[in-house]
Amino acid sequence: MSGSTRDAVMGRIRRAVGATPANEEARRRVVEDRLGAAPAGVIPERGQLPPAERLALFIQMATKADATVARLKSTAEIPEEVAAYLRERNLPATIRTGGDPRLSGLDFSQTSLSVTQGPSDGDDLSSLSHADGGIAETGTLVLSSGPDNPTSLNFLPEYHIVVLDAADVTGDMEAVLARLRQRQGKGVMPRSVNFITGPSRSADIEQTLLLGAHGPRSLHILVVGDA
Amino acid sequence: MQITSQTFKANTVKALADVELQRALKHVEKGFIGKRQKAADALPEFEALRDSAMAIKQHTLKHLDLYIDAYVEKVEASGGKVHFAEDADHARRIFLDIAKRRKAKTVTKGKTMISEEIGLNAFLEENGITPVETDLGEYIIQLRGEHPSHIIAPAVHINRDQVEADFRKFHVDLDPKRDLVKPETLLSEAREILRRKYGEADIGVTGANFLIAETGTSVIVTNEGNGDLTQLLGKCHVVLASLEKIVPTLEDTAQILRVLARSATGQEMSVYTTLSTGPRRAEDQDGPEEYHVILLDNGRSNMLGTEFEDMLRCIRCGACMNHCPVYHAVGGHSYGWVYPGPMGAVLTPSLIGVDKAGHLPNASTFCGRCESVCPMRIPLPKMMRHWREKEFESHLQPTTARAGLGLWAFFARRPTLYRAAVSFAMPALKLMAGSKRRFRSLPLAGGWTKWRDLPAPEGRTFMQAYAQSGHARSSGRGASK
Ligand code: SF4
Repeated sequence: MSGSTRDAVMGRIRRAVGATPANEEARRRVVEDRLGAAPAGVIPERGQLPPAERLALFIQMATKADATVARLKSTAEIPEEVAAYLRERNLPATIRTGGDPRLSGLDFSQTSLSVTQGPSDGDDLSSLSHADGGIAETGTLVLSSGPDNPTSLNFLPEYHIVVLDAADVTGDMEAVLARLRQRQGKGVMPRSVNFITGPSRSADIEQTLLLGAHGPRSLHILVVGDA
Repeated sequence: MQITSQTFKANTVKALADVELQRALKHVEKGFIGKRQKAADALPEFEALRDSAMAIKQHTLKHLDLYIDAYVEKVEASGGKVHFAEDADHARRIFLDIAKRRKAKTVTKGKTMISEEIGLNAFLEENGITPVETDLGEYIIQLRGEHPSHIIAPAVHINRDQVEADFRKFHVDLDPKRDLVKPETLLSEAREILRRKYGEADIGVTGANFLIAETGTSVIVTNEGNGDLTQLLGKCHVVLASLEKIVPTLEDTAQILRVLARSATGQEMSVYTTLSTGPRRAEDQDGPEEYHVILLDNGRSNMLGTEFEDMLRCIRCGACMNHCPVYHAVGGHSYGWVYPGPMGAVLTPSLIGVDKAGHLPNASTFCGRCESVCPMRIPLPKMMRHWREKEFESHLQPTTARAGLGLWAFFARRPTLYRAAVSFAMPALKLMAGSKRRFRSLPLAGGWTKWRDLPAPEGRTFMQAYAQSGHARSSGRGASK
């Protein structure tokens, strides 16, 4: 059924766009070139900065989107920072995390935190993830799914803490996409890539902005190291 | 859903007399216009990005057959499946096949206008499947048995106290004496109730803002995170999308994203932009077992290559209705089908037929504001005029055509709308000094002077309702800033 529908729909499209056997090859080349080259278009100046300023812009934009940001010198400081964050908010000293080697190597023994691993079933109040990158232009975090990074950790808990290496902050989304392509191979994507800019929100009641809709109420970013 | 576009004029008279609606509609101007302007001003490249976004879609539409082929190939390579749907009925049947095979009882839903377009909820209920809307606005209107009145703010026609009343009425197992005064408490209540639903769902349905040919990826853009939970936790993810959502590459998506959020809500970036490619991978710990895309035509391929092709660039940002004096006055439901405001006035006749929606292209003051804010530079007023001319020339629907012109006069004669239109048009005209293309889109401006002094037979009813609604004043203020 769908096969013949496809033919019918495509036939109408081809007629409408003036596709003919004579121009087929030229049209194909145009499309293949574009898919192959993936030209970048207009990149705003805003994020095109030297590393330190770029990081400062990331922090400024993330804060503007209602995320909170802490600067850490090294990954060794992560456990204590997480513990302090939960303590200050009177949250239970438990945190859910994926098996990401960048996180599973952390030593939480000096804290009273109980750390559990795996996807969230919806009962976790807090989670800890590692970002692939950050985009200075908009203060956006980039997280991608994988065996060690269940996507549910990004959405179900009310408090989401995300570790970001300062060196992974880029000026624009295009730089992130280029890296993704390099890592995954051309045209191949992780199942899910999440661009996250601040905690969840809704303005559906009288256009009044409220934080904490279905996703996390709070997004806390731990920026590790210098740019 | 039942189409009431035929009775547009009666709908508007009713809308103007609806006190609650008029109170709610004030939030449109307050909530959107200033924020969009601020976001646009904060990005020096905004106008260049609009040009870029427009060019991307123009290029894609010219090669749509080839990009669709590339897209389908990539979806299949990632383990997903694409189903072509000729029309609404066909799309529903495809969905039902998937649902039956999976023995689905519950379907959670992120916000999707295509679901509205194909009337999915009513159809699912008829077939014993429970649809659960998870976007807060969509959830509210589902409780009320209504349809969205705005493409990105579906419940914009409803006030807080109405939401409170609905929650008390429907959430009967909660303490009736609970405090629900603050909007925050309403949001938390909805959050708690919907939270349980995501994981129980047999199917999670979302729309798509983009379908990327390069990678076979569907993209959703949300602020609440409900669409993400819907597509992540449902055992099977079904994407409902129309064919013009295709873009070539990830980079093209990034270009258009930069104008989408700014035009829609005035955000630099929406909170969640999520790229989904195929079902869960072998090693994944979460994610849907199946991934389907229902690719809907429903009249769109017939718009290609015609004077309405430009409309297929629309990215559903809502800016045109947010800036439309007619929408501000009468709200989205008056338009009588899924798509309201200027984009609806152009799209609806294309999709459901000009015989049913012939009134809508006349529901305009031709002030040009919609075109001036449309991120994709769609010449909306020009296309509304095309529809009117088409009707008139064809003489296929003489009664409708006459009624249509009458309706245009009806709006054109209203002094307040007229004033609003003229003062909106002034800055627009100035902008157009260097652009012949856009200047030609307003030749009917002269029509105003012709119509404005004519007696208005129904004017009293309209004006009384209009004055009572308090809208006349606020629209005047809006016009003078
Ligand atoms: S017509 Fe333009 S302004 Fe209106 S919703 Fe579509 S893209 Fe946005």
